[in-house]
Amino acid sequence: MFRLEARTSTPAWFNLALPLLAIGATLILCSGLIALAGAGVVEAYGVMFSASLGDSYAITETLVRAAPMIFTGLAVAVAFRAKFWNIGAEGQLLAGAVASCAVGAIPMPGPLAMLLMALAGAAAGAAVALIPATLRVKFRVDDVVSSLLLNSVFFYALMALIEGPWKDSFSGYPISPPIEDTANFPVLLEGTRLHLGVVAALVAAPVIWFVVARTTLGFRIRVTGENPEAARYGGINVERVLISTALLSGALAGLAGVGEVGGVHFQVMSDISPGYGYSGIVVAMLARLNPLGVVPAAIFLAAVMTGAEAMSRATGVPAFLSDVIQGTALLAMLAALLFTAYRIRRVGATK
Amino acid sequence: MSTPAPLIEMRGISKSFGAVKANEAVDLSVAPGEILGLLGENGAGKTTLMNVLFGAYAPDAGEILVQGRSVAINSSADALAAGIGMVHQHFHLAPRLSVLENLLIGIPGRSGRIDRAGGLARLAEIGRQHGLTLDPDLPVSALSVGEQQRLEIVKALFRGARLLILDEPTAVLAPTEVDGLFSALRSMAAQGLGIIFISHKLNEVRALTHRCVVLRHGRVAGRVDAPASTTSSEMARLMCGHEIVPPARGPSMPGAAVLTLDGISTSHHSGMALRDVSLSVRGGEILGIAGVSGNGQRALAEVISGVRAPDAGKMTIAGKTVSRFSPSTVQALGLGRIPEDRMTTGLVTNLPLADSMVLPRIGTAAFSRNGLIKPDAIRAFAEAQIKAYDIRCPGPMTRAGALSGGNLQKALLARELAFDPKVLIVSQPTRGLDIGAARFIHEKFLDMRAKGCSIIVIGEDLEELLMLSDRIAVMYEGRIVGTLDSADASIARLGLMMTGAEGHA
Repeated sequence: MFRLEARTSTPAWFNLALPLLAIGATLILCSGLIALAGAGVVEAYGVMFSASLGDSYAITETLVRAAPMIFTGLAVAVAFRAKFWNIGAEGQLLAGAVASCAVGAIPMPGPLAMLLMALAGAAAGAAVALIPATLRVKFRVDDVVSSLLLNSVFFYALMALIEGPWKDSFSGYPISPPIEDTANFPVLLEGTRLHLGVVAALVAAPVIWFVVARTTLGFRIRVTGENPEAARYGGINVERVLISTALLSGALAGLAGVGEVGGVHFQVMSDISPGYGYSGIVVAMLARLNPLGVVPAAIFLAAVMTGAEAMSRATGVPAFLSDVIQGTALLAMLAALLFTAYRIRRVGATK
Repeated sequence: MSTPAPLIEMRGISKSFGAVKANEAVDLSVAPGEILGLLGENGAGKTTLMNVLFGAYAPDAGEILVQGRSVAINSSADALAAGIGMVHQHFHLAPRLSVLENLLIGIPGRSGRIDRAGGLARLAEIGRQHGLTLDPDLPVSALSVGEQQRLEIVKALFRGARLLILDEPTAVLAPTEVDGLFSALRSMAAQGLGIIFISHKLNEVRALTHRCVVLRHGRVAGRVDAPASTTSSEMARLMCGHEIVPPARGPSMPGAAVLTLDGISTSHHSGMALRDVSLSVRGGEILGIAGVSGNGQRALAEVISGVRAPDAGKMTIAGKTVSRFSPSTVQALGLGRIPEDRMTTGLVTNLPLADSMVLPRIGTAAFSRNGLIKPDAIRAFAEAQIKAYDIRCPGPMTRAGALSGGNLQKALLARELAFDPKVLIVSQPTRGLDIGAARFIHEKFLDMRAKGCSIIVIGEDLEELLMLSDRIAVMYEGRIVGTLDSADASIARLGLMMTGAEGHA
């Protein structure tokens, strides 16, 4: 018989081992579904790998897809550090996309346009995140519920916009007018879609790590998240910290939307985000809320998404498997986190 | 007394955590009708041993016998089935449920329905037998700490416990409540139950127990067969391995008033509000605040710490009136604070110890500049304090929660004293600490007093207050009912004032 026993400390190598354990468990669990779909497990995962990380073009495609999830992953990681439960990165991303699209459609010099798009998108995301944070600080409204439900509000607000004032009057499709060509983010590698926003995402991770680990704001975020009472008694304005965290988190999620508009779609449509905001939660949890860990975690999920489409074409396994893998990875990681607090011990059988 | 067959026997129990041997070959037995004292300093292995008995840890070696039969106890359910009940230091109650509902948690009802009538009958019976009466319909949140503890004891008896383990039960009680607890425990023992009583307070152990086992460094350091006729200092020597001499308080040489409260009142909130409280503490003076807990001490500490703004009244620190109540403003005026509850309002258990040690002053030039923290300065500060206060831990980056209570208290003390506060407010400074650690804390307070610091000690341990304080003020129902020079004070007189008998004048 086995039982769980409380741990007194957590070894450092767990930070790396737990996500790998969770990913391994996920792939094993999901291989059952692949077999059920009538494909060879090794073949299917093989196609998935080669299509996402097998050659340099595949790698750039995976990175392009990872970029928004790095931003949303950072948004969630920062928020969860303060125990501000921001499940609303999806809505904040959409707000960022709409704001940057509106700015990008105004003719002006390219670099200025890109800068203003980023500022507008970040501000819009921050403004959206401010809603659940204010509700929590002022009225003690549960932030999980309010931030989650706001996602629907902003999704349908976006739909109203592209079905209404922004609707393409020529084709009648529900898509916004495109941004100016000069506002398109430059492509960094000829023949690929690797755009400036991807670099911005890769730079954002160490910057956010620095903010969390080395600034007084980061210190206050960590302390407030772990023990708000001790923080309050220690002279930290807990409410202000929560609001600051929400603004930072929302701005990061908004930047995810900016990158999609400026670097990938150049306009806004209903499926601009295939749930990148929600994937950010999986990314942040796999990264154990460490901003540096967000990058490999986002790349893993991006590889799964990119690879799943190719796998579907080659083996007939539905591409929805990528959603299953994401969900399973989150559950596996949550289960694996148990080992940070407990160890498994073998004991003699009960009488 | 002659020893009947043991109710419970632990033989050769060993338990290690990594390299730390928490228990090593410990033998212990309790006979029916016996109250066994379990003594030892913090970290001596008392809690680990009891957790083994209650099924939270599996021992590495050794066996447990219940009425002569070897049993495996792998969970608290196994322990309860074997007739072992435990009252933890931190209660395990559902605050929104009633007394009766808390009792019935986990008890199978009749055909899926809760057996309310049966529960009421059992509760009344237990109340009659041991004088442990409780209103079955009151929500737990409305009970005092003493009543919650009574409920925990009743809960164990309700589940048929024949052996009751109490982990420092008196740490949370007022002196009058202690008497009630002891008479209930004696009544239970008289009816054949076995009791293991864990405590640091030697006078209580001597008054209550029939026999004692003393642990030191995980091993049995000694057994005392007649605690009542053994002196406290003998027991202390067994626990620590050396003599403990209480520190002597030098003569009072108070200076000018440093902290004054003038007509402070707070509005109603959770807990007792303050009503027209005035007091002053001079430099080089220790003012004790005595009172049964729940009579406004918490509100007083919160106002002085700047966490709660009073509705009326004035507070000054070193001659400056506090105009805006916030922890950072009073701290800037020179206030240091040792909180009542280390874990909830003092430290951040999941972060490195160093973070907790700089928490109140992270914004100051010592630890940050232009919004960037100075990791090296923080670590160096923590390392220096760990050395100066002999805080036992692997290093400043250790998770604070991994430290023992005494070491955490030293860390909090170090964090405040390092900045030479003009006023220090402390609540229950040695609750749950062993003699050695308590002694250390007391010495530090007296050192600070000699340096001219004003110290307010809020406490329920009257012996401690009498030893430390120059003057003692007594709180009752949110007021200060009287202040005595400690030379004129006695436990009996303070105890009387704490019931509101004196004062209201």
